[in-house]
Amino acid sequence: MKKTLTTLALGATLAAGPALAELTFPSLSYRTGPYAANGIPFADGYADYFAMLNERDGGIGGERINMIECETGYNTEKGVECYEATKGEGALVYQPLSTGITYQLIPRVSADGIPMHTLGYGRTSASNGEVFPWVFNYPATYWDGASVAIKYLLDENGGDLSGKKIALVYHNSAYGKEPIRTLTELSEEHGFELLELPVDHPGQEQKSQWLQIRRERPDNVIMWGWGVMNQVAIQEAVNIRYPMDQFIGIWWSGSENDVRPAGEGADGYKALNFHAVGSDFELYDDLEEYVWSKGNAAGAGDQHGTVLYNRGLYAAMIAAEGARKAQEIHGTSAITPAMMRDGLEQLEMTEESMAELGLAGFGPTFSASCENHGGSGRAAINQWNASEGKWEVLTDYIQSDQELIARLVQEDSMAYAEENNIELACQ
Amino acid sequence: MPDQLLFAIEVTLNGLMAGVLYALVALGFVLIFKASGIFNYAQGVMALFAALTLVGIMDGQVPFEHLINAVFGTDIHGFGWEVPALLAILLTMVVMIAFAWAVNWIVLRHLVGQEPIILFMATIGLAYFLEGLGDMMWGADIKTLDVGLPQGINTTIDEATFNMFGYGFFIDNLDITATIIAAVLVAVLVAFSQYTKQGRALRAVADDHQAALSVGISLNFIWVLTWSIAGFVALVAGIMWGAKSGVQFSLSLIALKALPVLMLGGFTSIPGAIVGGLIIGVGEKLFEFLVGPLVGGATENWFAYVLALIFLVFRPQGLFGERIIERV
Repeated sequence: MKKTLTTLALGATLAAGPALAELTFPSLSYRTGPYAANGIPFADGYADYFAMLNERDGGIGGERINMIECETGYNTEKGVECYEATKGEGALVYQPLSTGITYQLIPRVSADGIPMHTLGYGRTSASNGEVFPWVFNYPATYWDGASVAIKYLLDENGGDLSGKKIALVYHNSAYGKEPIRTLTELSEEHGFELLELPVDHPGQEQKSQWLQIRRERPDNVIMWGWGVMNQVAIQEAVNIRYPMDQFIGIWWSGSENDVRPAGEGADGYKALNFHAVGSDFELYDDLEEYVWSKGNAAGAGDQHGTVLYNRGLYAAMIAAEGARKAQEIHGTSAITPAMMRDGLEQLEMTEESMAELGLAGFGPTFSASCENHGGSGRAAINQWNASEGKWEVLTDYIQSDQELIARLVQEDSMAYAEENNIELACQ
Repeated sequence: MPDQLLFAIEVTLNGLMAGVLYALVALGFVLIFKASGIFNYAQGVMALFAALTLVGIMDGQVPFEHLINAVFGTDIHGFGWEVPALLAILLTMVVMIAFAWAVNWIVLRHLVGQEPIILFMATIGLAYFLEGLGDMMWGADIKTLDVGLPQGINTTIDEATFNMFGYGFFIDNLDITATIIAAVLVAVLVAFSQYTKQGRALRAVADDHQAALSVGISLNFIWVLTWSIAGFVALVAGIMWGAKSGVQFSLSLIALKALPVLMLGGFTSIPGAIVGGLIIGVGEKLFEFLVGPLVGGATENWFAYVLALIFLVFRPQGLFGERIIERV
């Protein structure tokens, strides 16, 4: 009897588990908790892209995609639990959508030999592939974001920021503090005064910071926020009548969620972005035909075309193209995490390749290498049009100060390598 | 007048206003603790749930819309009507009263006489359940709340102070409204507890629920009444905070702002919640203004607790709390 039960249990487990040749992409999502409003559109875009590939192409290279969704609630401990629970399923790449979870996973993925892609978040200096061979953060990093914001302001001010005052309103966390080093260096180089204004988590009360902004009247405000901090900051800026077109958020402070609660007052607010907005892409036709029209849209299906939905699509597209590249390099469709790493490391996104995917002009072109896991470091400026209720693209992709970023990345990553006795790759 | 002094006055005034908003959250805790001895961990989530319900009703959203669509394959997207703010507030209150009744009927009446820690644990479970229920009923997206409250700088104060001092003070119209509403709310609560039969019964239960039971006061009724009033206070707090940031799930975290207020003002005093809120509001804002720049800023969250702890050292029962004397 006992033997029969064991056999049945084993059989059931094998039947429920993924087929061995499937390509497994875990989705560490957050559909619940304080950050759910941002986590949902990203997770929906991520899931819909893979569902579309399965329906339209039968997966990637003939292998069907098995996407495992695990709820983190944007909680670092739960994120690590999700990683531990799913890594044994043959996970090819992790995209945790949280800087906190990223920091916890860096040593784990390095030890386990599973790639991690942190799309425009996480540890900036992980863009040095020599020190972080398993971590990728292209197409742009936080430091690129800080540099692009300053370059844009230079452009707006005739190339001269000397004597200007720029305030940085940031989430008082590892994430929020990321741009400080870059902005400090840039303030010395360009002669502007940097006013640092930390906001404690979660950021529901920011009166002190915005009273200070009202008193000190900085020429520009740059924001590094997430979740409720963004909405409150934009509302407070409206309240003190700060000119919205002088207020720029990082790409995590630039979704519809962030501006809508402030209504018309948010008109003119700017934000960086490293991918396109809206739904005017051929890929959207395929999503409609193969996924949405069949009632298979992820979630409620009401996020299509939003900034964070597009970001989820973009993240999934990069993962899929990494897998395709890995299949090409190794001549097999059934790739391992190590092969996936090779694919991500040799990934090249060109105008042609994006057009072929139905995403012409969707993101900046970039090519990765053994040393460079951070991409080209380019981002565009978007501006919120409140009356039309949509983001408008204000600039082309602006190149960050690569010389400065490379130096900072080198210093930080080498210090990490020394601290952790890491042998450099790419030698 | 020196600039720094003007700025300090402006910060103090804004601190007082922020304190009122903290006090609004703390009031809900006090009401339930006073009547039943329960520290209601779910108070922040109640504010969120009330605000979600209000917006859902105003926007004509169908409750459990996503769930219904997923299970039955339908494509429902709202009733197609909008409900005026005042009517929506009344309907939300009906929901909060139903919630109070359900909490009492399903949870609390089975726990009468249990240790306070058990009741506290029950409210933790309640908080997570309510958060999930709110998500399923109304969705997790950020909702814009517009019940017609004025927002933005008060130009009268700005101009008047500018004419007087050459510097216009910033006072948010929403904060002024919150202050007026809080004052009215406290007055109504005090009048209710002093001059109505139910209010007196509530006070009797708060003083000694065994004695109250012995004279025929229904504990069930009082608890439903208390949770309903706390639900109403949560709705007011949800409206005020939701107007600032949109109604979203982080709204439940406003409870964190109420804890130092409760520590300072005492868990059993309505005036304590108000005065505690004002002290915490002014204290944290002034500390951030004067000391924040020297220590890198972001002092408000922790300083509020330091301030509360300092008061606790001298008055363990809080500023207005009842002194506990145990005779051996």
